[in-house]
Amino acid sequence: MIKVKLFADFRKDRGKEVDFEYFEGINGKFILEKLKIDEKEIAVFLVNGKNKKLDEPLEDGDVIALFPPIAGG
Amino acid sequence: MKRYEKNIGTLSLDEFLSLRRSKVCVVGCGGLGGYVIELLARLGVGYLTVVDKDVFEESNLNRQILCELNSLGKSKALVAKERLKNINPEVEVQAMVTEINLKNGKEILRGHDLVIDALDNAEGKKFLEELAEALEIPLVHGAVAGWFGQVACIFPGDRLLKTLYLSKTFGIEKEIGVPSFTPALIASFQVSEAIKILIKRGEVLRKKVLLVNLLKNEIEVIEFN
Repeated sequence: MIKVKLFADFRKDRGKEVDFEYFEGINGKFILEKLKIDEKEIAVFLVNGKNKKLDEPLEDGDVIALFPPIAGG
Repeated sequence: MKRYEKNIGTLSLDEFLSLRRSKVCVVGCGGLGGYVIELLARLGVGYLTVVDKDVFEESNLNRQILCELNSLGKSKALVAKERLKNINPEVEVQAMVTEINLKNGKEILRGHDLVIDALDNAEGKKFLEELAEALEIPLVHGAVAGWFGQVACIFPGDRLLKTLYLSKTFGIEKEIGVPSFTPALIASFQVSEAIKILIKRGEVLRKKVLLVNLLKNEIEVIEFN
């Protein structure tokens, strides 16, 4: 299982958390596509607290945090 | 001392005295910066450098505490200094009407105990992180957009903003704006973190980002490794 935690306006129509069944080769691109989130909309693809490239394979048990960039002052 | 009596208890006398000796540089005197400067001065932080190249515009009136009708067109940094004179003349304030850049950055930040990121763009924030790291000064980051805000403490070597913003220049604030209440809240978090770093007490948001969602009344902390 891969857990995706969503923050800020990514929660709209998607909820707080979305679980994905693990399969070999599942990666960030697949997850963003399923969640209908454009790559450009995320601040960082954070996997277990670390930035990960979208095409890198994920591991079973990974926890992903997705939030938009917030930079106003 | 009477002006500080309500601070004592929250802060010990020694902690308060250490704040009186502390030097904090606030970069950005807009939505976040205005509140941060105000709160630090009322707490009695002894030395403040306030930096902003901009002047107040009408579109700042919705949220920037330093922006009043009679401050439109005036330098944000100079208005901040003027206000502090009326709030707490015991605070030594240096106003810098400039942006922080490669030429002046280290000179401006050097000698401070702490830097506050109250900038409104990702490039500036990342650059400030680099500068603070080069001078080995902790940085308290804050950012806002609409109902959302974030806070983090960054110590030399952490390089959080480099990860957080990657290739980004601006965030969702360009689409959803910034209302009055989010900067006030996030600035309060920034000041609370700043004080904890300065007095070396409590837990700070190191390698963590605190995310606030006011629309849902949710506060969550994301850990970075």
